[in-house]
This record gives sequence, structure tokens and C-alpha cells, in this order.
Amino acid sequence: MSQRSRVIDLYKRLFHLGKDYPSGADFFRVRLHNAFMKNSKESDPDKIEKMIGHGEFVVKELETLYMLKKYRTLKRRYYDSA
Amino acid sequence: MARVLVGVKRVIDYAVKIRVKPDKSGVVTDGVKHSMNPFDEIAVEEAVRLKEQKIANEIIAVSCGPQQSQDVLRTALAMGADKAIHVEVAGAEYETLQPIHVSKILAKIAQNEKVDLVIVGKQAIDDDCNQTAQMTAGFLDWPQATYASKIEKKDDHIVVKREIDGGLETIKCKIPAVISADLRLNEPRYATLPNIMKAKKKPLTKITPKDLGVDVSPRIQIVKVEEPPVRQAGSIIPDVDTLVTKLKEKGHA
Repeated sequence: MSQRSRVIDLYKRLFHLGKDYPSGADFFRVRLHNAFMKNSKESDPDKIEKMIGHGEFVVKELETLYMLKKYRTLKRRYYDSA
Repeated sequence: MARVLVGVKRVIDYAVKIRVKPDKSGVVTDGVKHSMNPFDEIAVEEAVRLKEQKIANEIIAVSCGPQQSQDVLRTALAMGADKAIHVEVAGAEYETLQPIHVSKILAKIAQNEKVDLVIVGKQAIDDDCNQTAQMTAGFLDWPQATYASKIEKKDDHIVVKREIDGGLETIKCKIPAVISADLRLNEPRYATLPNIMKAKKKPLTKITPKDLGVDVSPRIQIVKVEEPPVRQAGSIIPDVDTLVTKLKEKGHA
């Protein structure tokens, strides 16, 4: 994949993940769009590579956030005996 | 190598605030976000892990419910199931569909597909029945390992750690068996976008309970559905003396 299509792919994946964001999909999408637009003029391949790396990190963070949120909600609902 | 059947249910998303219909006939489901029952996600994840460990070779996901149940089947396929069976039960029949019907359906499919393991979530977060695994094991006359928090395969049997009051119980269980997944069994993976796209190409067959010879006529009638009582507001007391007087008034001291 070229760097350009990797950036687009990253955007699509983040957009998809945003559908479950706790403060709402719209909240997330505006920020996602702004973050990508802010760096859209960047042309240094090394810097873009770093940004993609950061994006991948955010993807992992979001997946973990959703997993933990669900786990904690269920734990509180069904297991909290204390 | 084992064939695994996983049961998945489409429920109102765990994060949604449940509202009761004004006529007390049920809860509001129209326009409400639905997703896969979280305990069933854990069951699917466990099946996928068994496949990754080369213990299982095929995973079949089953869901009973209306047309939209196919969405959760697609999620199961995206997580790693190989094929899906949608047992269509719609409308009024779905409202009175009980674990006994579902377990009969699961048992029939388990026999038809010659599966070795049935894994389901221990309960659904909408009706909280916690009966399907137990009754499926009953209909199949198979051993059951409920509330599993760890599953290991050893030769021709499985060793399952079960969550029980105040601790864990380890049991050895012959195959075929029925397993129900508890919260701590694993951390389900997120169905990624590319996998959701790929899942659209995986086979999904649609059948009816009639095809399986299962009678889904209602056994219960819903009398009414009500909101839980609202907790009454407390009050702050200025000092200990007032507290003692108040407690005496209410006959606590």
C-alpha cells in the first residue's frame, strides 16, 4: 500500500471506530476530521510515517477503551457484591 | 479437531438506557442501538481462540430472532466464525421466545451439524435468563460446563475452570459438551472494518424453527413490564443527636 492509501485506510478505520465513541459519533468525527486536516499539508514521508504510527496507536487505544468500558459496566451490573 | 457451535443473541446495546413502553407491554426497541450480547461475544472469542490453537476447525454461529439478527451473525463472522445460521423467529413469536425454544433449536442444529462443542454466553443482558446452556445440555444429554473462566483441551476431554461463589472450581468434562462463557473467560476482539467487509462473503443460511421440527408456540404470556422503583432521596442530618432521634422515630434503635 502506498503511504497515501494507508492514510486513507487509517482514516476509514478510525471513522468506523468512532461510531461507538462514548461522547457520540459526531463528537468524534469532527475531531478526527480536524486532526487529519491539520496535517494534510505535510509532505515529509518520515513525518507522515510517524503520524500514521500515532494513528495506529489511537486505534489500539480506542479498542481497549471500548473493551474496558463494556467489561466494567458488566462487572458493576452482575458481579459487584461489595 | 472439533466443530464448534456458538449461540449469539441480538440485544439492546449495553450502553443504552432502557425505556419501558407506556402501555407496559415491553421495552422500546424501535430506533434503539442493538448489538451482540456481550457474553456471547466472549463465547465467539473463545471459539475463535480454540480455532487459532488448532483445537477447533470450524465455527458455526447461530442466532434466533428477526431479520436484524443477521447483523450480529455478521459480527460473529467478522470475529472469525466460518459460517452462520439464522433461525428466523419474528414478530409476536419472538416476543414470547424463551430459552427452552432456543435450546431445542440449538440442540437440533448441534446434532444436524455434528458439532463437538456448543459454546454460548452464560446469559443475555436483556432477559437475564441464564438457562439456554443448561437446557441445551439437557436436550442433547451432554455434559455441561457452565460459567467457564478457562477452557483447556486435554486428549479426549476438556478441563474447565468454573466461576462459583467465592472461588473457582475445576472440572474435567467429556466431549461433546456444552459450555457457557463467564465474563472473565477472555477479552473479545473488536470486529475490524476489513474483517466486517470480508464477513459479507462468508456463508449465511436462513432456516425456520419449522425446518428443524421445533415448536416455538408461546409458553408464557407477558402480563406487564415495569420500571424498577426509583430510589427515594436521602437527607443530610446536622449532628449525631438528630440522627439518634430520627432512628428512634423509625424504630431502628
